[in-house]
Amino acid sequence: MSVRRLAEDNVQPAAFAFTEENAGWAEATIRKYPSGRQQSAVIPLLMRAQEQDGWVTRAAIEFVAQKLEMPYIRVLEVATFYTQFQLKPIGTRAHVQVCGTTPCMLRGSEDLIRVCKSKIHAEPLEVNERGTLSWEEVECQGACVNAPMVMIFKDAYEDLTPERLEEIIDAFDAGRGKEVKPGPQVDRHFSAPEGAPVTLLAAEKPARKKPEPKPSEAEASAAGPVPPTDAARPKDTAEESDPSIKTPLTDKAASKRRVKAAEEQPLSGTAATTKPDRKRAGSAAEGAPPEPGAVSGDAKPKRTRKKPSPEGEAS
Amino acid sequence: MLKDQDRIFTNIYGLKDKSLKGAMGRGHWDGTKQIIEKGRDWIIDEMKASGLRGRGGAGFPTGLKWSFMPKESDGRPHYLVVNADESEPGTCKDRDIMRHDPHTLIEGCVIAGFAMGAHTAYIYVRGEYIREREALQAAIDECYDAGLLGANNKNGWDFDIFVHHGAGAYICGEETALLESLEGKKGQPRLKPPFPANMGLYGCPTTVNNVESIAVAPTILRRGASWFSSIGRPNNVGTKLFMVSGHVNKPCTFEEAMGLSFREIIDQHCGGIRGGWDNLLAVIPGGASCPVVRGEDMADAIMDFDGMREVKSSFGTGGMIVMDKSTDIIKAVWRIAAFFKHESCGQCTPCREGTGWMMRVLERMVRGNAQKREIDMLFQVSKQIEGHTICALGDAAAWPIQGLIRNFRPEIEARIDRYTHNAMADGAVMEAAE
Repeated sequence: MSVRRLAEDNVQPAAFAFTEENAGWAEATIRKYPSGRQQSAVIPLLMRAQEQDGWVTRAAIEFVAQKLEMPYIRVLEVATFYTQFQLKPIGTRAHVQVCGTTPCMLRGSEDLIRVCKSKIHAEPLEVNERGTLSWEEVECQGACVNAPMVMIFKDAYEDLTPERLEEIIDAFDAGRGKEVKPGPQVDRHFSAPEGAPVTLLAAEKPARKKPEPKPSEAEASAAGPVPPTDAARPKDTAEESDPSIKTPLTDKAASKRRVKAAEEQPLSGTAATTKPDRKRAGSAAEGAPPEPGAVSGDAKPKRTRKKPSPEGEAS
Repeated sequence: MLKDQDRIFTNIYGLKDKSLKGAMGRGHWDGTKQIIEKGRDWIIDEMKASGLRGRGGAGFPTGLKWSFMPKESDGRPHYLVVNADESEPGTCKDRDIMRHDPHTLIEGCVIAGFAMGAHTAYIYVRGEYIREREALQAAIDECYDAGLLGANNKNGWDFDIFVHHGAGAYICGEETALLESLEGKKGQPRLKPPFPANMGLYGCPTTVNNVESIAVAPTILRRGASWFSSIGRPNNVGTKLFMVSGHVNKPCTFEEAMGLSFREIIDQHCGGIRGGWDNLLAVIPGGASCPVVRGEDMADAIMDFDGMREVKSSFGTGGMIVMDKSTDIIKAVWRIAAFFKHESCGQCTPCREGTGWMMRVLERMVRGNAQKREIDMLFQVSKQIEGHTICALGDAAAWPIQGLIRNFRPEIEARIDRYTHNAMADGAVMEAAE
């Protein structure tokens, strides 16, 4: 926790209002949240007010409270709780936020702080004589693989040396801040390793021109819900499941031949009994006599046991 | 090393086309509608089968978390909240996902939202990630224009994604504090129960997930749970974004399979330890809240959840902070203590008072201006903070200090001896202990 108070009365401006552009933006932001929950927009609105004025004034807090129909104290506690809100004026051209947490400290952020102390002000959050620059030490900014780094307003400047930071501060002080390239200040591409990346080297393939045909509505509904996959099922290493062994499923032609050969073989006692069975399956349409017990006009549908087809079972 | 075709984040360095068209060319947004048509139960079962553990640090199984959401809505809307408040020192993976591969996250939101019956997602981005937020918002706008988001979209599940941001509070990475902050209040964690799955954002059923957990989901569902679970050791499966910072030759972020040894990871991706492996002093394996591990224990340890538990630390977010023998280890841990003191929300007394107390004692130990019995006292106090607070920040503040005392006690004692020796040599009178 850190103690944070609003600035002295003598620097507080009398009133605050959003510019026309920001007012429109604020309305759109409030609409992102359900009706009656406009309080959610308090952080974005305060942040926008800070961008407009450079810091969060008491008038801005009152304005936001009125806009969101919140008690003043609720906005005040948000403004003092979150450390990104600057509660007193900061440098107009640059506010240098040096990350000082362990990953950056290991790579030399203390030297960067020394640069800030000598070039800007001995104390954090104090503006220099001309009011153009200020600095502070902040906690982890989430660019640890690019340590050490500083953040100036919206951009991060990474992989710094004290000399490079001096150059950057000078550029901002001279009003040439936009000319400094944000991101890593050494030969590397964002978070890729210095030099060249060692992964993801393949060139990008061109985008597919023709997407696969979509399954029709009927097909999709016929398929029904798909069961979960057999994830984590142990690998089957049994000899009989060797895919190179031919089965009726993998070698249909050979199995058909075998079936035909078996059918053509005489002296099967069962062959005679199977024939009428087949005929019965043909039912009345083929002229078979009606089954005993089947009354015409019977509401009950005829019950026939359908043998599952081998294809259906396999799939 | 993981093969390139098994990588989920194919544009993590931003070297390729970031637009929707480019992302589609790399296979994202492929068959999202078909995945959704397979139904909610299929998605949750598949996520459970994949063995994906949450990537935000705690490692809670993602599929299980999704299944906690009520099956039928009782009239209240359901919400998906994505935790992009990445503030753990040493961690910077979500940043690269948002600025270079945002479509993995957006597609993940649609699928995860469908799986938990949510029509709205809020992505809570930390306040410092301004350019990342802009990149993410641009990608979302692109998806709205292409009809992949919004009402009556091409995926067959009405879905809206809103980007919200914080303003610099580490504690908002805790799920209930994040919800408080999203409701426009101070980010102070809530008591559980009720859990967010019953009473979350605006009192409605809510699930909070890390960016990486959501962003890997579409690829897992497309390639099958068995593909994901075949990588790594049982219970620690999949690929993961690792970040290495500190004293290595080439610090960087990269995606790698779980279950490799620390030595393999550093040699393959980071060009080795600065000054060679003999120069390795200590490693913090998963972001600042994990206990520090001695270099010799760490070198051949396996980088996954169970492997890190074996060396009495934790895997956390996979953000390794490497320290070579030039490091003042006591000062490094003191800086972490200062971080937690700064970030404590002030709600629970053990944490509010304890983090500051521990930092001040450590500050004296950095100089050696302490008594040896204070080392035990510090350990005891850290044990009393651990587990006695609403959220895990108290634990997180205590663990690095416990790790320091467990592994580097001789260093602390040597420094106290040296300080005492110097003081006596100069003829100074010893101060009272307290």
